[in-house]
Amino acid sequence: MAVTTATPNALTNGRLPRLAPWAILLGSWAVVAVVMGLFTLAGTVGEFSLVGTIFFGTILYGVAIYVVSLSVEGRRQAVDRLVTALVLTAFIIALLPLVSLLTTVVANGTARFDLDFFTMSQRNVVGAGGGALHAIVGTLLMTGVATLISVPIGLMTAVYLVEYGRGALARAITFLVDVMTGIPSIVAGLFAYAMFALIFGPGVRMGFAGAVALSVLMIPVVVRACEELLKLVPNELREASYALGVPKWLTITKVVLPTSIAGITTGVMLAISRVIGETAPLLLVAGFTQSMNYDPFDGRMQSLPVFVFTSYANQGTDGAAYIERAWAGALTLIVIVMVLNLAARLIARIFAPKLGR
Amino acid sequence: MTGAALPAPRITAKQRPGDRIFSSAAVLAGSLILVTLAAVTIFLIAQGIPGILAEPGETTILRDRDFWSYVGPLAFGTLWAAALALVMATPLSVGIALFISHFAPRRLAQVLGYVIDLLAAVPSVVFGLWGGLVLAPLVRPMYAWLTENAGWIPIFNGQASATGRTILTAAIVLAVMILPIMTAINREVFLQTPRLHEEAALALGSTRWEMIRMAVLPFGRAGMVSAAMLGLGRALGETMAVAMVLSPSTVVSFFVLGSTNPNTIAANIALSFPEAYGAGVNVLIATGLVLFVVTFVVNALARYVVNRRREFSGAN
Amino acid sequence: MISKRYAGLAGLALAGTFVLTSCAANEGDAAAGTGSAASESELSGDLVGAGASSQGSAQEAWYAAFQGDNPGVTVTYDPSGSGAGREAFSEGGVDFAGSDRAFKDEEIAEGGWAACAPDTDIVELPLYISPIAVIFNLEGVDSLNLDAATIAGMFAGSITNWNDPAIAALNDGASLPDLAITPVHRSDDSGTTENFTEYLGAVAPDVWTYEADGVWPIESGEAAQGTTGLVDAVNGGNGTIGYADASRAGDLGTVAVQVGDEFVSYSPEAAAAIVDASPEAEGRADGDLAIEIDRSTDEAGVYPIVLVSYLIGCQQYADPEAGALVKAYFSYIASEEGQDEAASSAGSAPISDTLRGEVESAIELIK
Repeated sequence: MAVTTATPNALTNGRLPRLAPWAILLGSWAVVAVVMGLFTLAGTVGEFSLVGTIFFGTILYGVAIYVVSLSVEGRRQAVDRLVTALVLTAFIIALLPLVSLLTTVVANGTARFDLDFFTMSQRNVVGAGGGALHAIVGTLLMTGVATLISVPIGLMTAVYLVEYGRGALARAITFLVDVMTGIPSIVAGLFAYAMFALIFGPGVRMGFAGAVALSVLMIPVVVRACEELLKLVPNELREASYALGVPKWLTITKVVLPTSIAGITTGVMLAISRVIGETAPLLLVAGFTQSMNYDPFDGRMQSLPVFVFTSYANQGTDGAAYIERAWAGALTLIVIVMVLNLAARLIARIFAPKLGR
Repeated sequence: MTGAALPAPRITAKQRPGDRIFSSAAVLAGSLILVTLAAVTIFLIAQGIPGILAEPGETTILRDRDFWSYVGPLAFGTLWAAALALVMATPLSVGIALFISHFAPRRLAQVLGYVIDLLAAVPSVVFGLWGGLVLAPLVRPMYAWLTENAGWIPIFNGQASATGRTILTAAIVLAVMILPIMTAINREVFLQTPRLHEEAALALGSTRWEMIRMAVLPFGRAGMVSAAMLGLGRALGETMAVAMVLSPSTVVSFFVLGSTNPNTIAANIALSFPEAYGAGVNVLIATGLVLFVVTFVVNALARYVVNRRREFSGAN
Repeated sequence: MISKRYAGLAGLALAGTFVLTSCAANEGDAAAGTGSAASESELSGDLVGAGASSQGSAQEAWYAAFQGDNPGVTVTYDPSGSGAGREAFSEGGVDFAGSDRAFKDEEIAEGGWAACAPDTDIVELPLYISPIAVIFNLEGVDSLNLDAATIAGMFAGSITNWNDPAIAALNDGASLPDLAITPVHRSDDSGTTENFTEYLGAVAPDVWTYEADGVWPIESGEAAQGTTGLVDAVNGGNGTIGYADASRAGDLGTVAVQVGDEFVSYSPEAAAAIVDASPEAEGRADGDLAIEIDRSTDEAGVYPIVLVSYLIGCQQYADPEAGALVKAYFSYIASEEGQDEAASSAGSAPISDTLRGEVESAIELIK
């Protein structure tokens, strides 16, 4: 309406008012909601679908904004509006599964998300009740050992690539790290299975084997993250250090690594969250147990993903109890990963060197 | 320049023990990567060869087929499912990455980036449960509608599945699973577009889309290829989610809405390994070797494309 | 600044240690734990088994009770699959195996049981018997009478609609809708599939021309992973039919199967009865109770689609302590109490007294 007033402004002329796109978006959703509602009343569609409303509403918005903008602003602006709408649509489409996934897990997982779940194992538990402490401990232990293996190797490899690496070996390593990023988790599991079978004989299952399988998946992620971050350390810092006569290894440990420690921590945490949810390799090599096991080198060790999978797959007569445990386990896993992510961000903030400003 | 006869002595730093130890440690760690990868390959080959050479009928897994006709449909299914997932995920991830890097307000963009990253960490079992129990029933009526009304498109032509557990559902789950990693890479690439390029485009009066088309996308092309290839690599190797969602068979078929779908190598290993014995185990490990080679090729290809592009990109 | 930094880290480390050293509330002091209840049992040690996932929930019930009676013992059963279990047992990775089939003659001839004393035989005990229900999801129909040929036709794809005359002929008065049949089978390699296909092949050889196999032999129908996946798929579809452990049938419709002239619904008694009506495999060692189930029997009151899962151990263990543990554990499982426990928590069929007598004398051989 502002456009049609008597004082034409050369700069705003032929432009939609600022709130117009939002109004059109809400309008489109409303129209689709009404149409869907009519369909529902008429009985052609089973039940009212919020997801469908938002989806089709957003598509309608794309069409509407293009037409409106074309008539008011011209072709170039209209295309711009259309692309904005498409990008927004892509984003909403991507959010739908995430929201659906999280609500499903939370809705189903809260039933058994209680104190027992975190203080009990499944030992001597039949049917309902019991908890997942053994799985939580197993997951933390195996992921922890995997981290202990992967971080030194991964970090030193990154140091080599950034600070030392020249020539064929460095090129080969860079290439192979990328290839390793793509190793399917089941292949990592088969590898650990074959290796430990060769050393200890077939049928061997132990937490450490699971940790080795996870390390194979984790090392390349650590290398990639650390490499990128070490590259970001300004060369001026290194040169200043060399100019003071500091040896190279001290320069790296005292200057380069502390400067990038925040980012490295985040990278490591992300690598952990990448492997903590792995099921297939642990199912192959770490086995299954109902009791606590604190020793990664002896005996089978339970983990949360395997706990979730077996609770779902091998239900007893009281199926609901098993399913509830599975969902609670899934929820626990997501919460652990979220906490790790937040902790990573926190640590990154605490340890970040105080730069200028 | 004049001292051709007397080469100037190269100035070398004093070699300290600390330096030696540290640099050898770094080389050692780097070499460990080589050793690990070599070990993975050697173990797979050593255990897989008996499987590849197994005669038809030697194990119950192969039945009357030889190894290659056993692994063929599986390799097809693996590539087909991954390709479908990639077709869905690529435009979406570019869209989300653009939204986060160039459209959303910065504060919102940070939160959104975190939310998308979180999706990367959801365990595959949970994706499997969700895909089978929530997604499949949801898409079933759509599939029925598609076969009735869009049957003229070859991949939709057939009898719709009664449960919705088709390869398209599995591919949707895969697409959701690979979205985060692809989005993260695309986002980083788009954010690294030189500010000056963008500002120059805007100063010339282009709209935001024209700026993106002329400055951001050309700059990010190599990164987008690399993201797609990494996503493809992950989709090829995904195991549990596919095993829990897909209704597999041994067919080779492009029809995406039906009950009989080609299986993937990784899912097949998860499904058959528990009951496998004797040479059957070797056969499964050999299929794992095939999967490893396929992923290796895909990654090498990605690396090659990205490297070649980088030389010409003019950025950096 | 620095103290704040490290306080945060210390807090994290503390929390981590707390989680890692915490003891499960239900486990007590297992290591020193023979104290309180030691008088009841002198057994102690670890017993490890692996194998069929079909036994998984029954094993959970068994070792929960067994560990309750013998607090010093920890039993682990890894439901990693029959093949993996047999493999691990013959290589000595586990003390006993659970398997949906007995070892084949040639496998026994090959011998080489790593956990057993050299040149001794093994025991194979059919201690987990579970009826396999043919389940379907059809609105308004709870139960159908079918014969093997019709079932085979539905799964093989020659009978494609629920209103097919072959089905109607066996079910007078049932209102069968005009709806496509969607057969659902297991996508994984499983003993349930092997027993089901064996039944179809034995009773309806004209329709079902495939060999018994753990992997579904034909390219048709829907497939789903594991019993749970299959039941979910049958539940999630309309007009679906599948086969699963009877304990998991839930609210789904079930099929009464024709045996002789009558139709038999699954029941624990009927499932145990077929095992009694079937001959033992010939040429086996004393403690080897491998059974060849007579699927095509006409005997009254038997339900022919059963899964018999074996517990496999050595007759003489290289490690006598393991022998004592296995003997005690197997004795508990074979006891009336153990069988009832599995029946209530896993829905299996308790073995008959006749079979129990044979099993007990086989267990006597274990040293």
